[in-house]
Amino acid sequence: MKKIKIKVNGKIKRISENTRLSDLIKSLKIPIKKVAIELNQEIIDKKKLKNVKIQNGDKIEIVHFIGGG
Amino acid sequence: MKKDKFIISNKTFKSRLIVGTGKYKNMSECAKAIQISGAEIVTVAVRRVNITDKKKPLLMDYIDPKKITYLPNTAGCFSSEEALRTLRLAREIGGWKLVKLEVLGEKKNLFPEMIETLKSTEVLTKEGFKVMVYCNDDPLMAKRLENAGACAIMPLAAPIGSGLGILNKINIKIIRNQTKLPLIIDAGLGQASDAAIAMELGCDGVLVNTAIAKAKKPFVMAQAFKNSVIAGRQSFLAGRIEKTLSGRPSSPLEGII
Repeated sequence: MKKIKIKVNGKIKRISENTRLSDLIKSLKIPIKKVAIELNQEIIDKKKLKNVKIQNGDKIEIVHFIGGG
Repeated sequence: MKKDKFIISNKTFKSRLIVGTGKYKNMSECAKAIQISGAEIVTVAVRRVNITDKKKPLLMDYIDPKKITYLPNTAGCFSSEEALRTLRLAREIGGWKLVKLEVLGEKKNLFPEMIETLKSTEVLTKEGFKVMVYCNDDPLMAKRLENAGACAIMPLAAPIGSGLGILNKINIKIIRNQTKLPLIIDAGLGQASDAAIAMELGCDGVLVNTAIAKAKKPFVMAQAFKNSVIAGRQSFLAGRIEKTLSGRPSSPLEGII
């Protein structure tokens, strides 16, 4: 299967073409309730991850809460 | 006496001490210090998930957001755009609308960039956020933030993490007298007595991180801050005596032998 190149949290990743955002989150074993997800600087509704097909060159940010003042 | 309530954005809290969750040795030390401090609100930062090391402990596993109010911050943001992006993400994590806005101007002193802060307050308020605003101790700017829709004014005591205590008591008092909004001293406290001074000036609360997290004994300091905030508040409500420049004996002069 053809691979595409994307960036997740600043790191380059090669994934299969036609991967959906929900598949990626699952494969990274990320607890969905504790994060927020941005695709090319746009927040993606967590209920709609299945509808989003990842494209070559996409930049994805996955963030959560950490200690801070 | 009327019950002394601490209300932020229509929510009542018992503790007037808000603590930060940064700079602790580990998550369990942080969680224990929060518990000892009695704080019901904690500030948290929004950062990238570590996608390579999935075993890294998560804050939410140690501090239950159902029991303790998370106050997402914008620490590390140097522009309005960055701050807005961060808080929109924070809201997306789980519906957080009560937030701490902090837009910094430069890295050395970490002073707030007030023009960007004011712009961000306006935008966030329009988007439905309840914005607690970290700001400098300038009464005019505090007024503008209030007019822009801030839900709490949070002037610095001194630069973040400096431990210098309240540098400009007069300005804090002026801000206190001009606003009915919750006034919370944020940043720069060094020891428990600094919190009492803030409360005696009439502040509604204090926000502390470094002074507890970096104390030699963080748990003891957490308790000290808890007590100091309570003592300072009581002292404020009790109403202090007038200052005089001469001595007045406490024992009666009558019946001296």
